[in-house]
Amino acid sequence: MTTLDKRQSENLLLKPLRQVGISGYGAYVPQYRLPASEVARVWMGGKAALPIKEKSVPGLDEDVATMSIEASRNALARAGIHPQQLRAIWVGSESHPYAVKPTSTIVAETLGATPNIQAGDWEFACKAGTEAIVAAIGFVGSGMADYALAIGMDTAQGRPGDALEYTAGAGGAAFIIGPAEDSLAVIEHSYSFVTDTPDFFRRQYQKYPEHAQRFTGDPAYFKHIINAAQTLLNASHTTPKDYRYAVFHQPNLKFPQKVAAQLGFTKEQIGPGLLVGNIGNTYAGSAIIGLTAILDIAEEGDRILVVSFGSGAGSDAFSLVVTDKINKRRDLARPTRDYINRRIPIDYATYVRLRGKLVMK
Amino acid sequence: MEIPRHWRIRQQRYALVGEVCPHCNAKLFPPRDICPQCGEDARTPYQFSGKGEIYSYTTIYEPPAGFEEYTPYTVALVKLEEGPVVTAQLTDLGEQPLEIGMPVEMVTRKIRSDSDERGMIIYGYKFRPVLSRQ
Ligand SMILES: [Zn+2]
Repeated sequence: MTTLDKRQSENLLLKPLRQVGISGYGAYVPQYRLPASEVARVWMGGKAALPIKEKSVPGLDEDVATMSIEASRNALARAGIHPQQLRAIWVGSESHPYAVKPTSTIVAETLGATPNIQAGDWEFACKAGTEAIVAAIGFVGSGMADYALAIGMDTAQGRPGDALEYTAGAGGAAFIIGPAEDSLAVIEHSYSFVTDTPDFFRRQYQKYPEHAQRFTGDPAYFKHIINAAQTLLNASHTTPKDYRYAVFHQPNLKFPQKVAAQLGFTKEQIGPGLLVGNIGNTYAGSAIIGLTAILDIAEEGDRILVVSFGSGAGSDAFSLVVTDKINKRRDLARPTRDYINRRIPIDYATYVRLRGKLVMK
Repeated sequence: MEIPRHWRIRQQRYALVGEVCPHCNAKLFPPRDICPQCGEDARTPYQFSGKGEIYSYTTIYEPPAGFEEYTPYTVALVKLEEGPVVTAQLTDLGEQPLEIGMPVEMVTRKIRSDSDERGMIIYGYKFRPVLSRQ
Protein backbone atom coordinates (compact mmCIF):
# COMPACT_ATOMS: atom_id res chain seq x y z
CA MET A 1 0.00 0.00 0.00
CA THR A 2 2.69 2.48 0.99
CA THR A 3 4.21 2.33 -2.47
CA LEU A 4 1.06 3.72 -4.11
CA ASP A 5 0.49 7.44 -4.32
CA LYS A 6 -2.85 9.05 -3.48
CA ARG A 7 -4.26 8.92 -6.97
CA GLN A 8 -3.38 5.27 -7.43
CA SER A 9 -4.87 4.48 -4.06
CA GLU A 10 -8.19 6.05 -5.07
CA ASN A 11 -8.14 3.98 -8.23
CA LEU A 12 -8.15 0.83 -6.13
CA LEU A 13 -11.81 1.38 -5.32
CA LEU A 14 -14.16 -0.66 -7.49
CA LYS A 15 -16.34 2.00 -9.07
CA PRO A 16 -19.35 1.17 -11.26
CA LEU A 17 -20.37 3.45 -14.15
CA ARG A 18 -23.61 4.36 -12.41
CA GLN A 19 -24.14 4.48 -8.69
CA VAL A 20 -26.02 1.55 -7.14
CA GLY A 21 -27.40 0.61 -3.77
CA ILE A 22 -29.49 -1.84 -1.78
CA SER A 23 -33.12 -1.76 -2.90
CA GLY A 24 -34.24 -4.51 -0.54
CA TYR A 25 -32.70 -6.84 2.04
CA GLY A 26 -33.82 -9.89 3.97
CA ALA A 27 -32.42 -12.27 6.55
CA TYR A 28 -33.07 -15.83 7.58
CA VAL A 29 -32.00 -17.87 10.62
CA PRO A 30 -33.37 -21.35 11.42
CA GLN A 31 -35.07 -21.73 14.81
CA TYR A 32 -32.93 -24.36 16.55
CA ARG A 33 -30.05 -23.37 18.86
CA LEU A 34 -27.21 -25.53 20.13
CA PRO A 35 -25.62 -23.95 23.22
CA ALA A 36 -21.83 -24.03 23.06
CA SER A 37 -21.96 -25.53 26.56
CA GLU A 38 -23.54 -28.66 25.00
CA VAL A 39 -20.52 -29.21 22.75
CA ALA A 40 -18.25 -28.67 25.74
CA ARG A 41 -20.32 -31.10 27.82
CA VAL A 42 -19.98 -33.89 25.26
CA TRP A 43 -16.38 -33.37 24.16
CA MET A 44 -14.55 -31.54 26.96
CA GLY A 45 -16.23 -32.78 30.14
CA GLY A 46 -17.83 -29.35 30.31
CA LYS A 47 -14.45 -27.66 30.68
CA ALA A 48 -13.89 -25.34 27.74
CA ALA A 49 -13.77 -21.62 27.11
CA LEU A 50 -16.92 -20.95 25.06
CA PRO A 51 -16.42 -18.80 21.93
CA ILE A 52 -20.14 -17.91 21.72
CA LYS A 53 -23.35 -18.52 23.68
CA GLU A 54 -25.14 -20.65 21.09
CA LYS A 55 -25.36 -21.34 17.37
CA SER A 56 -28.28 -21.75 15.00
CA VAL A 57 -29.02 -25.20 13.57
CA PRO A 58 -31.20 -25.88 10.51
CA GLY A 59 -34.25 -28.13 10.72
CA LEU A 60 -34.36 -31.48 8.90
CA ASP A 61 -36.18 -29.90 5.96
CA GLU A 62 -33.91 -26.87 5.58
CA ASP A 63 -30.85 -26.27 3.44
CA VAL A 64 -29.14 -23.37 1.68
CA ALA A 65 -31.82 -23.35 -1.04
CA THR A 66 -34.81 -23.15 1.32
CA MET A 67 -33.09 -20.61 3.57
CA SER A 68 -32.11 -18.47 0.57
CA ILE A 69 -35.72 -18.57 -0.62
CA GLU A 70 -37.07 -17.15 2.64
CA ALA A 71 -34.39 -14.43 2.88
CA SER A 72 -35.05 -13.52 -0.77
CA ARG A 73 -38.81 -13.29 -0.21
CA ASN A 74 -38.07 -10.79 2.56
CA ALA A 75 -35.73 -8.83 0.26
CA LEU A 76 -38.33 -8.77 -2.53
CA ALA A 77 -41.02 -7.54 -0.12
CA ARG A 78 -38.79 -4.65 0.93
CA ALA A 79 -37.67 -3.77 -2.59
CA GLY A 80 -41.26 -3.77 -3.80
CA ILE A 81 -40.29 -5.05 -7.24
CA HIS A 82 -41.75 -7.91 -9.28
CA PRO A 83 -39.51 -11.01 -9.32
CA GLN A 84 -39.39 -10.76 -13.14
CA GLN A 85 -37.51 -7.46 -12.75
CA LEU A 86 -34.55 -9.39 -11.32
CA ARG A 87 -31.97 -10.10 -14.02
CA ALA A 88 -29.57 -12.15 -11.90
CA ILE A 89 -29.76 -14.43 -8.86
CA TRP A 90 -26.43 -15.37 -7.32
CA VAL A 91 -26.07 -17.56 -4.27
CA GLY A 92 -22.80 -17.56 -2.33
CA SER A 93 -22.27 -20.54 -0.03
CA GLU A 94 -19.91 -23.34 0.93
CA SER A 95 -22.84 -25.66 1.69
CA HIS A 96 -24.79 -25.76 -1.57
CA PRO A 97 -27.22 -28.73 -1.40
CA TYR A 98 -25.83 -30.34 -4.57
CA ALA A 99 -22.20 -30.90 -5.51
CA VAL A 100 -23.29 -30.39 -9.13
CA LYS A 101 -26.53 -28.51 -9.85
CA PRO A 102 -27.01 -24.85 -9.02
CA THR A 103 -28.83 -23.63 -5.92
CA SER A 104 -29.61 -20.40 -7.75
CA THR A 105 -31.97 -22.04 -10.26
CA ILE A 106 -34.09 -23.50 -7.45
CA VAL A 107 -34.26 -20.08 -5.79
CA ALA A 108 -35.04 -18.34 -9.10
CA GLU A 109 -37.83 -20.77 -10.04
CA THR A 110 -39.40 -20.56 -6.58
CA LEU A 111 -39.38 -16.77 -6.57
CA GLY A 112 -40.98 -16.69 -10.02
CA ALA A 113 -37.96 -14.99 -11.55
CA THR A 114 -37.28 -17.47 -14.41
CA PRO A 115 -36.56 -17.74 -17.32
CA ASN A 116 -35.20 -14.33 -18.42
CA ILE A 117 -32.45 -14.29 -15.84
CA GLN A 118 -28.79 -14.93 -15.09
CA ALA A 119 -28.17 -17.45 -12.31
CA GLY A 120 -25.11 -18.90 -10.66
CA ASP A 121 -23.56 -20.16 -7.46
CA TRP A 122 -20.51 -18.56 -5.88
CA GLU A 123 -17.87 -20.05 -3.64
CA PHE A 124 -15.18 -18.39 -1.56
CA ALA A 125 -15.52 -19.80 1.96
CA CYS A 126 -17.11 -17.14 4.16
CA LYS A 127 -16.97 -14.32 1.61
CA ALA A 128 -19.01 -16.00 -1.13
CA GLY A 129 -21.96 -13.75 -0.23
CA THR A 130 -20.06 -10.49 -0.58
CA GLU A 131 -18.49 -11.78 -3.80
CA ALA A 132 -22.01 -12.08 -5.20
CA ILE A 133 -22.72 -8.54 -3.99
CA VAL A 134 -19.61 -7.15 -5.73
CA ALA A 135 -20.67 -8.92 -8.94
CA ALA A 136 -24.18 -7.48 -8.59
CA ILE A 137 -22.72 -3.99 -8.13
CA GLY A 138 -20.90 -4.46 -11.43
CA PHE A 139 -23.92 -5.97 -13.19
CA VAL A 140 -26.28 -3.19 -12.17
CA GLY A 141 -23.60 -0.50 -12.14
CA SER A 142 -22.68 -1.19 -15.75
CA GLY A 143 -26.29 -0.79 -16.84
CA MET A 144 -26.62 -4.43 -17.92
CA ALA A 145 -29.51 -4.82 -15.48
CA ASP A 146 -31.59 -2.78 -13.09
CA TYR A 147 -31.88 -5.36 -10.33
CA ALA A 148 -29.77 -8.32 -9.21
CA LEU A 149 -30.25 -10.55 -6.18
CA ALA A 150 -27.12 -11.50 -4.23
CA ILE A 151 -27.33 -14.04 -1.40
CA GLY A 152 -24.88 -15.29 1.21
CA MET A 153 -26.20 -18.36 3.05
CA ASP A 154 -24.65 -21.35 4.80
CA THR A 155 -25.37 -24.42 6.91
CA ALA A 156 -21.74 -25.04 7.76
CA GLN A 157 -20.52 -28.14 9.57
CA GLY A 158 -17.57 -28.60 11.92
CA ARG A 159 -16.03 -31.97 12.70
CA PRO A 160 -17.54 -33.37 15.92
CA GLY A 161 -15.48 -32.16 18.86
CA ASP A 162 -13.48 -29.72 16.73
CA ALA A 163 -13.19 -26.05 17.72
CA LEU A 164 -15.39 -25.15 14.74
CA GLU A 165 -18.26 -27.27 16.01
CA TYR A 166 -18.97 -24.71 18.73
CA THR A 167 -19.55 -21.95 16.19
CA ALA A 168 -20.49 -23.35 12.74
CA GLY A 169 -24.03 -21.98 12.45
CA ALA A 170 -26.74 -21.60 9.84
CA GLY A 171 -28.29 -18.50 8.31
CA GLY A 172 -27.62 -15.61 6.00
CA ALA A 173 -29.02 -12.73 4.05
CA ALA A 174 -30.23 -11.64 0.62
CA PHE A 175 -29.75 -8.25 -1.01
CA ILE A 176 -31.39 -6.77 -4.07
CA ILE A 177 -28.89 -4.45 -5.68
CA GLY A 178 -30.54 -1.72 -7.76
CA PRO A 179 -30.06 1.82 -9.05
CA ALA A 180 -29.03 4.34 -6.36
CA GLU A 181 -32.22 6.35 -6.84
CA ASP A 182 -34.26 3.31 -5.79
CA SER A 183 -32.09 2.33 -2.83
CA LEU A 184 -32.60 2.30 0.91
CA ALA A 185 -28.81 2.46 1.22
CA VAL A 186 -26.46 3.73 -1.48
CA ILE A 187 -23.20 1.84 -1.93
CA GLU A 188 -20.52 4.55 -1.90
CA HIS A 189 -17.40 2.47 -2.27
CA SER A 190 -16.25 -1.09 -2.67
CA TYR A 191 -12.80 -2.65 -2.44
CA SER A 192 -11.50 -6.24 -2.45
CA PHE A 193 -8.24 -7.63 -1.06
CA VAL A 194 -7.13 -11.19 -1.87
CA THR A 195 -4.04 -13.36 -1.37
CA ASP A 196 -3.48 -17.11 -1.60
CA THR A 197 -3.52 -18.22 2.05
CA PRO A 198 -4.17 -21.85 3.09
CA ASP A 199 -5.81 -21.14 6.44
CA PHE A 200 -8.90 -23.32 5.93
CA PHE A 201 -9.98 -25.72 3.23
CA ARG A 202 -12.10 -28.75 2.41
CA ARG A 203 -11.21 -31.19 -0.34
CA GLN A 204 -13.77 -32.72 -2.71
CA TYR A 205 -15.89 -35.48 -1.07
CA GLN A 206 -14.74 -34.51 2.43
CA LYS A 207 -17.55 -33.75 4.85
CA TYR A 208 -15.59 -31.55 7.24
CA PRO A 209 -13.03 -28.79 6.60
CA GLU A 210 -9.41 -28.64 7.74
CA HIS A 211 -8.06 -25.54 9.41
CA ALA A 212 -4.58 -24.52 10.39
CA GLN A 213 -5.24 -23.31 13.92
CA ARG A 214 -2.25 -20.97 14.22
CA PHE A 215 -2.84 -19.69 10.72
CA THR A 216 -6.42 -18.52 11.09
CA GLY A 217 -5.69 -15.37 13.09
CA ASP A 218 -3.01 -12.89 12.06
CA PRO A 219 -2.02 -13.99 8.52
CA ALA A 220 -5.60 -14.69 7.52
CA TYR A 221 -8.53 -12.97 9.28
CA PHE A 222 -6.74 -9.90 10.64
CA LYS A 223 -4.43 -9.24 7.71
CA HIS A 224 -7.17 -9.35 5.09
CA ILE A 225 -9.84 -7.45 6.99
CA ILE A 226 -7.44 -4.72 8.09
CA ASN A 227 -6.00 -4.28 4.61
CA ALA A 228 -9.43 -4.18 3.00
CA ALA A 229 -10.89 -1.79 5.57
CA GLN A 230 -7.87 0.49 5.76
CA THR A 231 -7.53 0.76 1.98
CA LEU A 232 -11.20 1.65 1.63
CA LEU A 233 -10.95 4.22 4.44
CA ASN A 234 -7.83 5.81 2.94
CA ALA A 235 -9.09 5.86 -0.63
CA SER A 236 -12.45 7.29 0.35
CA HIS A 237 -10.85 9.84 2.72
CA THR A 238 -12.91 8.66 5.64
CA THR A 239 -12.01 7.64 9.18
CA PRO A 240 -13.92 5.44 11.66
CA LYS A 241 -15.55 8.62 13.07
CA ASP A 242 -17.41 9.09 9.78
CA TYR A 243 -19.29 5.81 10.30
CA ARG A 244 -22.31 5.25 12.49
CA TYR A 245 -21.95 1.46 12.27
CA ALA A 246 -19.42 -1.17 11.22
CA VAL A 247 -19.73 -4.91 10.78
CA PHE A 248 -17.00 -7.48 10.22
CA HIS A 249 -16.97 -11.20 9.51
CA GLN A 250 -17.73 -12.97 12.80
CA PRO A 251 -16.25 -16.46 13.24
CA ASN A 252 -16.46 -15.98 17.04
CA LEU A 253 -17.02 -13.09 19.44
CA LYS A 254 -13.34 -12.27 19.95
CA PHE A 255 -12.06 -11.71 16.39
CA PRO A 256 -14.53 -9.02 15.20
CA GLN A 257 -14.20 -7.07 18.44
CA LYS A 258 -10.41 -7.20 18.23
CA VAL A 259 -10.24 -6.20 14.58
CA ALA A 260 -12.71 -3.35 15.18
CA ALA A 261 -10.54 -2.00 18.00
CA GLN A 262 -7.41 -2.26 15.87
CA LEU A 263 -9.07 -0.23 13.13
CA GLY A 264 -10.38 2.35 15.59
CA PHE A 265 -14.08 1.42 15.74
CA THR A 266 -15.94 1.51 19.05
CA LYS A 267 -18.13 -1.12 20.74
CA GLU A 268 -21.15 1.11 20.04
CA GLN A 269 -20.41 1.09 16.30
CA ILE A 270 -20.15 -2.69 16.03
CA GLY A 271 -22.73 -3.71 18.67
CA PRO A 272 -25.91 -3.84 16.53
CA GLY A 273 -24.30 -5.99 13.82
CA LEU A 274 -22.51 -8.40 16.16
CA LEU A 275 -24.82 -11.42 16.07
CA VAL A 276 -22.38 -14.34 16.34
CA GLY A 277 -22.93 -14.82 20.08
CA ASN A 278 -26.56 -15.81 19.47
CA ILE A 279 -26.55 -17.49 16.05
CA GLY A 280 -22.96 -18.64 15.52
CA ASN A 281 -20.77 -18.12 12.48
CA THR A 282 -23.07 -18.20 9.47
CA TYR A 283 -20.08 -18.28 7.09
CA ALA A 284 -21.10 -16.66 3.78
CA GLY A 285 -23.94 -15.01 5.68
CA SER A 286 -21.90 -13.82 8.64
CA ALA A 287 -20.98 -10.19 7.96
CA ILE A 288 -24.02 -9.49 5.79
CA ILE A 289 -26.66 -10.77 8.20
CA GLY A 290 -25.04 -8.35 10.63
CA LEU A 291 -25.68 -5.66 8.02
CA THR A 292 -29.39 -6.58 7.92
CA ALA A 293 -29.63 -6.11 11.70
CA ILE A 294 -28.01 -2.67 11.29
CA LEU A 295 -30.36 -1.68 8.46
CA ASP A 296 -33.27 -2.67 10.72
CA ILE A 297 -32.39 0.25 13.04
CA ALA A 298 -30.40 2.66 10.84
CA GLU A 299 -31.49 6.22 10.06
CA GLU A 300 -31.19 8.35 6.97
CA GLY A 301 -27.64 9.61 6.54
CA ASP A 302 -25.97 6.88 8.60
CA ARG A 303 -22.76 5.58 7.03
CA ILE A 304 -21.99 1.85 7.44
CA LEU A 305 -18.77 -0.08 6.86
CA VAL A 306 -19.05 -3.79 5.97
CA VAL A 307 -15.99 -6.05 5.70
CA SER A 308 -16.27 -9.76 5.02
CA PHE A 309 -13.54 -12.37 5.26
CA GLY A 310 -13.27 -15.64 3.41
CA SER A 311 -10.57 -18.20 4.06
CA GLY A 312 -8.28 -18.91 1.23
CA ALA A 313 -8.22 -15.83 1.63
CA GLY A 314 -9.76 -12.45 1.00
CA SER A 315 -11.97 -9.61 2.17
CA ASP A 316 -14.56 -7.43 0.46
CA ALA A 317 -15.21 -4.01 1.98
CA PHE A 318 -18.15 -1.69 1.31
CA SER A 319 -19.24 1.67 2.60
CA LEU A 320 -22.93 2.50 2.44
CA VAL A 321 -25.03 5.54 3.24
CA VAL A 322 -28.64 5.02 4.33
CA THR A 323 -31.34 6.97 2.44
CA ASP A 324 -34.81 8.18 3.45
CA LYS A 325 -36.34 5.11 1.74
CA ILE A 326 -35.30 2.98 4.72
CA ASN A 327 -38.26 4.14 6.81
CA LYS A 328 -41.00 2.91 4.50
CA ARG A 329 -39.28 -0.31 3.41
CA ARG A 330 -37.85 -1.70 6.61
CA ASP A 331 -41.26 -2.79 7.98
CA LEU A 332 -42.29 -4.58 4.79
CA ALA A 333 -40.60 -7.79 5.99
CA ARG A 334 -39.58 -9.42 9.25
CA PRO A 335 -36.69 -7.79 11.08
CA THR A 336 -33.61 -9.94 11.68
CA ARG A 337 -34.13 -9.88 15.45
CA ASP A 338 -37.46 -11.76 15.04
CA TYR A 339 -35.51 -14.67 13.58
CA ILE A 340 -32.85 -14.42 16.28
CA ASN A 341 -35.40 -14.30 19.10
CA ARG A 342 -37.29 -17.27 17.63
CA ARG A 343 -35.27 -20.01 19.29
CA ILE A 344 -35.70 -23.60 20.34
CA PRO A 345 -32.72 -24.82 22.38
CA ILE A 346 -31.68 -28.39 21.56
CA ASP A 347 -29.31 -30.88 23.14
CA TYR A 348 -26.37 -32.52 21.41
CA ALA A 349 -28.39 -35.66 20.56
CA THR A 350 -31.04 -33.67 18.68
CA TYR A 351 -28.29 -31.67 16.98
CA VAL A 352 -26.63 -34.89 15.80
CA ARG A 353 -29.93 -36.03 14.29
CA LEU A 354 -30.73 -32.68 12.65
CA ARG A 355 -27.27 -32.43 11.09
CA GLY A 356 -27.38 -35.91 9.60
CA LYS A 357 -24.55 -37.26 11.71
CA LEU A 358 -26.43 -40.47 12.52
CA VAL A 359 -25.71 -43.47 10.31
CA MET A 360 -29.15 -44.87 9.36
CA LYS A 361 -28.10 -47.54 6.86
CA MET B 1 -36.94 -42.08 -10.25
CA GLU B 2 -39.73 -39.71 -11.16
CA ILE B 3 -37.75 -36.69 -12.25
CA PRO B 4 -40.05 -35.61 -15.13
CA ARG B 5 -43.14 -35.66 -12.89
CA HIS B 6 -41.43 -33.58 -10.19
CA TRP B 7 -40.17 -31.16 -12.79
CA ARG B 8 -43.56 -30.56 -14.45
CA ILE B 9 -45.25 -29.42 -11.26
CA ARG B 10 -42.32 -27.50 -9.79
CA GLN B 11 -43.90 -24.06 -9.82
CA GLN B 12 -47.10 -25.11 -8.10
CA ARG B 13 -45.11 -27.09 -5.57
CA TYR B 14 -42.25 -24.64 -4.90
CA ALA B 15 -44.38 -21.57 -4.47
CA LEU B 16 -48.09 -22.44 -4.32
CA VAL B 17 -48.84 -21.21 -7.83
CA GLY B 18 -52.39 -22.16 -8.85
CA GLU B 19 -54.89 -20.64 -11.23
CA VAL B 20 -57.55 -17.95 -11.17
CA CYS B 21 -60.78 -18.21 -13.15
CA PRO B 22 -61.14 -15.22 -15.50
CA HIS B 23 -64.92 -15.67 -15.50
CA CYS B 24 -65.86 -15.83 -11.81
CA ASN B 25 -62.53 -15.02 -10.09
CA ALA B 26 -62.42 -18.33 -8.20
CA LYS B 27 -58.91 -19.35 -7.12
CA LEU B 28 -57.85 -22.92 -7.99
CA PHE B 29 -55.31 -25.09 -6.22
CA PRO B 30 -53.99 -27.41 -7.42
CA PRO B 31 -54.31 -26.00 -10.94
CA ARG B 32 -56.79 -28.06 -13.02
CA ASP B 33 -57.61 -25.68 -15.91
CA ILE B 34 -61.39 -26.01 -15.47
CA CYS B 35 -63.11 -23.83 -12.88
CA PRO B 36 -64.97 -25.96 -10.28
CA GLN B 37 -67.30 -23.02 -9.58
CA CYS B 38 -68.54 -22.12 -13.04
CA GLY B 39 -67.16 -24.88 -15.29
CA GLU B 40 -65.36 -22.46 -17.62
CA ASP B 41 -61.72 -22.55 -18.72
CA ALA B 42 -59.37 -21.28 -15.98
CA ARG B 43 -55.71 -21.26 -17.02
CA THR B 44 -54.41 -17.95 -15.68
CA PRO B 45 -51.54 -18.62 -13.22
CA TYR B 46 -52.16 -17.25 -9.76
CA GLN B 47 -49.66 -16.81 -6.94
CA PHE B 48 -51.37 -17.65 -3.67
CA SER B 49 -50.51 -15.50 -0.67
CA GLY B 50 -49.48 -18.51 1.39
CA LYS B 51 -51.69 -17.42 4.29
CA GLY B 52 -54.23 -19.84 5.68
CA GLU B 53 -55.44 -21.66 8.77
CA ILE B 54 -55.38 -25.20 10.05
CA TYR B 55 -58.59 -27.01 9.11
CA SER B 56 -57.53 -30.41 10.44
CA TYR B 57 -54.28 -32.21 11.24
CA THR B 58 -52.71 -35.51 12.21
CA THR B 59 -49.25 -36.62 13.28
CA ILE B 60 -47.56 -39.41 11.32
CA TYR B 61 -45.47 -41.96 13.21
CA GLU B 62 -45.49 -44.72 10.57
CA PRO B 63 -44.42 -42.89 7.43
CA PRO B 64 -44.61 -43.97 3.80
CA ALA B 65 -41.31 -44.84 2.09
CA GLY B 66 -39.06 -41.83 1.63
CA PHE B 67 -40.22 -39.94 4.71
CA GLU B 68 -38.59 -42.11 7.43
CA GLU B 69 -35.94 -39.56 8.35
CA TYR B 70 -38.55 -36.89 9.14
CA THR B 71 -40.66 -38.99 11.54
CA PRO B 72 -42.65 -37.94 13.46
CA TYR B 73 -44.18 -35.17 11.39
CA THR B 74 -47.56 -33.49 11.15
CA VAL B 75 -49.76 -33.28 8.07
CA ALA B 76 -52.61 -30.79 7.90
CA LEU B 77 -55.49 -29.70 5.75
CA VAL B 78 -54.86 -25.99 5.38
CA LYS B 79 -57.66 -23.68 4.30
CA LEU B 80 -56.01 -20.96 2.23
CA GLU B 81 -57.32 -17.42 2.64
CA GLU B 82 -58.25 -17.48 -1.07
CA GLY B 83 -60.55 -20.46 -0.51
CA PRO B 84 -58.98 -23.79 -1.55
CA VAL B 85 -58.00 -26.41 1.01
CA VAL B 86 -54.59 -28.04 0.52
CA THR B 87 -52.89 -30.98 2.18
CA ALA B 88 -49.38 -30.20 3.37
CA GLN B 89 -46.83 -30.91 6.06
CA LEU B 90 -46.53 -28.52 8.97
CA THR B 91 -43.02 -27.53 9.98
CA ASP B 92 -41.12 -25.54 12.64
CA LEU B 93 -43.69 -26.61 15.22
CA GLY B 94 -41.49 -26.76 18.28
CA GLU B 95 -43.40 -27.17 21.53
CA GLN B 96 -46.45 -25.06 20.75
CA PRO B 97 -49.77 -26.95 20.78
CA LEU B 98 -51.68 -27.02 17.50
CA GLU B 99 -55.27 -25.89 17.25
CA ILE B 100 -57.92 -25.97 14.55
CA GLY B 101 -58.12 -22.47 13.12
CA MET B 102 -54.50 -21.65 13.95
CA PRO B 103 -53.08 -19.21 11.38
CA VAL B 104 -50.25 -20.64 9.29
CA GLU B 105 -48.01 -19.37 6.49
CA MET B 106 -46.40 -21.12 3.55
CA VAL B 107 -42.67 -21.81 3.45
CA THR B 108 -40.67 -23.71 0.84
CA ARG B 109 -38.80 -26.65 2.33
CA LYS B 110 -37.24 -29.98 1.46
CA ILE B 111 -39.95 -32.61 1.13
CA ARG B 112 -37.70 -35.64 0.62
CA SER B 113 -35.04 -37.12 -1.63
CA ASP B 114 -36.15 -38.97 -4.73
CA SER B 115 -35.10 -42.62 -4.13
CA ASP B 116 -32.02 -42.14 -1.90
CA GLU B 117 -29.25 -39.69 -1.06
CA ARG B 118 -28.06 -39.89 -4.66
CA GLY B 119 -31.45 -38.81 -6.01
CA MET B 120 -32.72 -35.33 -6.63
CA ILE B 121 -33.89 -33.24 -3.70
CA ILE B 122 -37.61 -32.52 -3.88
CA TYR B 123 -38.65 -29.11 -2.58
CA GLY B 124 -42.16 -27.94 -1.95
CA TYR B 125 -44.58 -25.95 0.15
CA LYS B 126 -45.15 -26.62 3.81
CA PHE B 127 -46.85 -24.45 6.40
CA ARG B 128 -45.66 -23.17 9.75
CA PRO B 129 -47.43 -21.27 12.53
CA VAL B 130 -47.27 -17.56 11.62
CA LEU B 131 -44.16 -16.05 13.17
CA SER B 132 -45.07 -13.37 15.64
CA ARG B 133 -43.60 -9.91 15.23
CA GLN B 134 -41.55 -9.06 18.28
ZN1 LIG C 1 -65.08 -19.71 -12.65
